[in-house]
Amino acid sequence: MSASDARSVEPSHAAPLPGNPGEGRGGLKRPRPRFPALRRLLRDPVATFGLALVLFAVFVAIFAPWLAPYPEDAFESHILQRLRPPSAEFPFGTDNLGRDVLSRVILGTRSALLVAVAVVGASLAIGVPVGLVAGWRDGWLSELLMRVTDVFLAVPQLILALALGQLLAPGLTTAMLALALTYWPFFARTVYAETRRLRGALFVDALAGIGASTPRILLLHVLPNAAPAIVIRATIGMGFTILTAALLGFLGVGAAPPDPDWGLAVAEARQHLPEAWWFPTFPGLAILLLVLGFNLLGDGLRDIADPRLRRSRH
Amino acid sequence: MSAVLTRPLLSVENLAVHIRTDGGLARILDDVTLAVPKGGSLGVVGESGCGKSTLLRAILGILPRGATVPKGAVLFEGEDILSDHGASVRGRIGFIPQDPYLSLNPVFRAGDQILEVMRRHAPGRRRDHKEKLVELFRAVQLPDPGGALAKYPHQFSGGQRQRLLIAAALSCEPSLVVADEPTTALDVTTQREILVVLRQLIAERGLSLLFVTHDFGVLATVCDQVAVLYSGRVAETGPTRAVLDTPLHPYARMLLACHPDRATDLLGIPGTVPAATAQPPGCRFHPRCPQLHSGCPIEVPPMLPAGEGRAVACPWYEEAPRG
Repeated sequence: MSASDARSVEPSHAAPLPGNPGEGRGGLKRPRPRFPALRRLLRDPVATFGLALVLFAVFVAIFAPWLAPYPEDAFESHILQRLRPPSAEFPFGTDNLGRDVLSRVILGTRSALLVAVAVVGASLAIGVPVGLVAGWRDGWLSELLMRVTDVFLAVPQLILALALGQLLAPGLTTAMLALALTYWPFFARTVYAETRRLRGALFVDALAGIGASTPRILLLHVLPNAAPAIVIRATIGMGFTILTAALLGFLGVGAAPPDPDWGLAVAEARQHLPEAWWFPTFPGLAILLLVLGFNLLGDGLRDIADPRLRRSRH
Repeated sequence: MSAVLTRPLLSVENLAVHIRTDGGLARILDDVTLAVPKGGSLGVVGESGCGKSTLLRAILGILPRGATVPKGAVLFEGEDILSDHGASVRGRIGFIPQDPYLSLNPVFRAGDQILEVMRRHAPGRRRDHKEKLVELFRAVQLPDPGGALAKYPHQFSGGQRQRLLIAAALSCEPSLVVADEPTTALDVTTQREILVVLRQLIAERGLSLLFVTHDFGVLATVCDQVAVLYSGRVAETGPTRAVLDTPLHPYARMLLACHPDRATDLLGIPGTVPAATAQPPGCRFHPRCPQLHSGCPIEVPPMLPAGEGRAVACPWYEEAPRG
């Protein structure tokens, strides 16, 4: 009881109160709430919904072979039962080759998430070091790095993916390469801006003054300042990547048949519309929900990271 | 000559600092000589751009990139600290910065950041450090000193942050405290409280103080010696009272006359501080000086002793003021 009282008292009022636990003895040992960011996120119902969607997708991806009613439908076909409407046997119906749509949606989760993680991971691996170095250094190196970043930023993502698909073999790897090549500049610019802002900060000078090395300053002291922006960008980038990967699958330069890919499924279903409405609907819904999940989660994280927005929401 | 019989704690001797810029070589400091005696306090005063902050950075070993020191030395207890960028005196000089906002990294708890420095430079274990820091927080009158350890920098107000930084500067028990206009960003009442706290802490612990400011009022409250800087050179030095009452250098005279408390009307000094890349030859103040003589644009005036421990960089200081 007394501990919670002490926390609610304004510090300026707390000083003259005798025996206040905030003073002296108690001050060193006050329990801190664990994971304050997660708590704040869970207080936001919309962001919690986003988090739930993402976690659900991760769960489905991990246990896909056990969750799918017909796991072998990833590759096999059963022409005799093609284009059956949803029923108890096939809750999402069957596709043009008689495969269970539900199974293929479940099995496609893994590749959708893998593409997202790989693309965002590769973009981070390129963008963060480029941003740090360009932000820290002056002169030609910084200029060169940022102008190269601008060039990549100017390349339209889909056109590069289509071009690479023509140059190399069309497939998921090519699509991922194209997506990573066009997404890293966003991270580079975010990290660049933060590094530039903090480069002249006194605490950075002080670190240099007490002999900290440049990598130490950049990685341990500057980068954490950019972390919220990076995490938000990465989360939203996941959703964005899934959407674009599905689009590339639809255009035929992403996943190739018979892979259980959501975008590919929507593309294949085109010829059977409007009769077989279930065929594109369920993979499409999967794309929608996962992208929505990542976007809502990203928005929620941004609200936590930006105190001004946080205050305006409550 | 004048009264430096004991060795000063910190002495800056003929220090010059140049910075290469796009506009040419900037002579930020040129032949600056100053001394802070043990237990004494020296105020450095001057307009913006006269080199005050660069002087402090040179002492602290954090000169900006591209800065060179063509001549001069900074001695702390007789050791040259310029050559090793202050490495040998870490923990012995405490620094109170001007802008409390980005002086602490926003993503780490303020207490942890100070404790990290104490771990390197103060004797004892983390427990002792924490207790000592809470004690210091109390001494600088930070509200809820115990709880302050766990707070992030943005959870303090501007005045509180400045108190926090005073505590940080004193955390490793330095013998010299260097302050860069620590109260400029604060309102007048807070400014006053913080100066009182600072003065008291300095006096209690017998510390020496080097205080940089552009505010004569602040100077009079905390410093017993003063050096007036103009465009990277010392114009006048002496005991604070004497310099404030009867400034000798024409620049010091005009600068003091500009102070709103003293001036009958808003006064100024015609012209501006020359750009550090294009300083006039001879006395750097001559283009703005009302007592211009023919020698002024030619010869660099030496520091002349003027009695009572004072010195002036103007051969004409005894002449009656003109203009």
